[in-house]
This record gives sequence, structure tokens and C-alpha cells, in this order.
Amino acid sequence: MEQVSAAAPHGAEHEATTTGIDHRKMLVWAFLGSDCMFFGSLIATYLVYKDKSLSGPLPLDVFDIPVTSVSTFVLLMSSMSMVMAYAAISRGSLKGFRIWILSTALMGMTFLAFQVFEFHDFANHEVHLTCAGLDLDELTALERKVAEGCSQPGVTEVFDDKNGLTPRTNLFGTTFFTLVGFHGAHVTIGIIWLLSLFFYSFRQQATTGRSLDVDLAALYWHFVDVVWIVIFTVIYLLGVFEGF
Amino acid sequence: MTQDTHNTPVGAHAAVAGDHSGHPTPMTYFAVAMILSFMTAIEVAVFYATWLGVGIIAVLAVLSGAKFALVAMFYMHLKYEHRLFSVLFVTGLVLAVLVTFALLGLFRVF
Repeated sequence: MEQVSAAAPHGAEHEATTTGIDHRKMLVWAFLGSDCMFFGSLIATYLVYKDKSLSGPLPLDVFDIPVTSVSTFVLLMSSMSMVMAYAAISRGSLKGFRIWILSTALMGMTFLAFQVFEFHDFANHEVHLTCAGLDLDELTALERKVAEGCSQPGVTEVFDDKNGLTPRTNLFGTTFFTLVGFHGAHVTIGIIWLLSLFFYSFRQQATTGRSLDVDLAALYWHFVDVVWIVIFTVIYLLGVFEGF
Repeated sequence: MTQDTHNTPVGAHAAVAGDHSGHPTPMTYFAVAMILSFMTAIEVAVFYATWLGVGIIAVLAVLSGAKFALVAMFYMHLKYEHRLFSVLFVTGLVLAVLVTFALLGLFRVF
């Protein structure tokens, strides 16, 4: 097993501080605290404008909970992979670190791929209804609007592909894409950070002292995860729940 | 923290471990991941349990809060780290929650 080197090539990693706490780590925690407020404001804005859209599509039209559940699972597993990378570098296993951090980045990219798929699906949302036996009570507002075409004589099916969801479509689209888009941007930055650490490990012999670099990236990555935990529940699960 | 453990040789790993002596083991990390996955599965199952009515909101809020706490405590090591980190993070978190409810109240969402 490849082990870490005995000395840090670039000298000591921690500066002596009056509090005994590393300044970089404190700065990252302060940043995460402020980022909480950033996402809190975006979530609040989404909730304030919820049900204020004048036209569809609405959450009930576009959200696909099983698909989003899978992407949520992938992000949760990436957090486990990240702590494994941190544990590996802490015990001096460079090979273990590389495997785990690369798998974390790959899972992050998988999550992003799910988001791209979802956004594309929302933007190209289609409604396809068979007129026979339609139960209007079972339909969403958008579907009812499309179903009006069934009143034309001789029409057996109706199809609509002009009501895709984009940031400009309605208030739901604007607030949803802003919130989830910013989260996706955070994930993207996280992936770049993780890959930087991965490639950096080939250029420079890692030391146990360098584990702080991984610790800081891990904190950011886990934060992205906890934000998604809230988004998944508040926006997705409760978003399609009519009593909310 | 670890001013005296910089550039530690692998052989002296225990000295570094002393810095993180309370940190969980990989087995704990794995157990937490399994719990998180299980809770997510319950969340999705509860979502389809329409007979719960508005009770779904409470159940999902509790599950989401528990998942948030598990990640923060075990993966972000807040449970084992200096309390100042918890203060910094929780202050931001509490402010975020207050801002959310203030905005919801201001716009008469309740």
C-alpha cells in the first residue's frame, strides 16, 4: 500500500493561533454558516411564491419523485465516500484516499447528470391524454386545460408540448430553477475541488498533515449534501403534497 | 488543535490520531450511511402513504431534520470538534430558519 511521506514538502500546515483552532477551518465553518442563510433565503422565496403561479406547469405536473429519490441516494452515498477518503488520508493510505475521493467526484457528477436530465425533462414537458374515460378530478390544472381539446368533435387524443417549464414560464419555474440551479453550482464547485485534490495527490507527496486540506473539502461537500436533504423534502416531497 | 503534530511520519500516526481521537471509525461512517439511506426510503414511502393526511408534513420534517443532524454530527464531525464550529454553523442555520419564517409571515403564507 502506498503510504504518505514523512514530511510536508511545503512546511507546516497549521499556523499557531491564539485559539488553538486552525484559521482556515474556522473560516470554512463561518462560510458554511453564511451559506445556510443564502439557501434559507432561496427556500423562503420559493415557499412565498408557491401556489402564486398563474399558469402551469406546477410541481405536480413535472416532479418525478422516484428519479429524484435515486439522485438523492447517490448524493448521500457520496458523503459516505468523502468521509472514507478523509479517513484514508488520516491513516496514511494515499491509495485509499485516491480511490475514495475519485468515487466521491464520480457520484457528484452522477448527481449533476440527474439534474441535467431533470431540467431537460422539465423544459420539454409533454401532456398526452386519451379522451375516453377521462376523470377530470384526477388531472392537474395544466392537464385539465389540455383536456379541453377533447370537447372538439372527433377528437380521441390530445397532445401538448408547448408548456415546458423554464425559469421564464412562471413563478414556480423562476424560484425552482434559481434554488436548485444554485445548489447544482455548489455541487459543480465541489467536484472541481475534489478533482483538484485527487490530481494534486500525484504531484506532491501527501502527508498526514495535509489531511486538513481534505477535511475542508469534505466539510463543503457534506454541506452540499445537507442542503439537498432539505431541498428534497421541502421542495420535492412536500411540493407535490396538496395539503402543504 | 494540532500545532505539535505537523509533518507527522506515518509511524507516529497515533499522535495525529490523538487529534481526532473521538472521530468515528469507517464502520461508523458506513452505519450512518445505511441509516441515512433507510430514512430516505421511509421518506419516499411516507410520501405515498396518503392516509396520513397533513401528518405527512410532520413526519417528513422530523426525518429530514434527523438526516441533517446525522450528517452534521458524524460526517462533518461537529459532535467531536471544537464548540466554536458548532456555534458558527448553528448561528447561520438558526438565522436562516428565522428569515424563512419571517418571510413566510410577512407574505401571509400561514
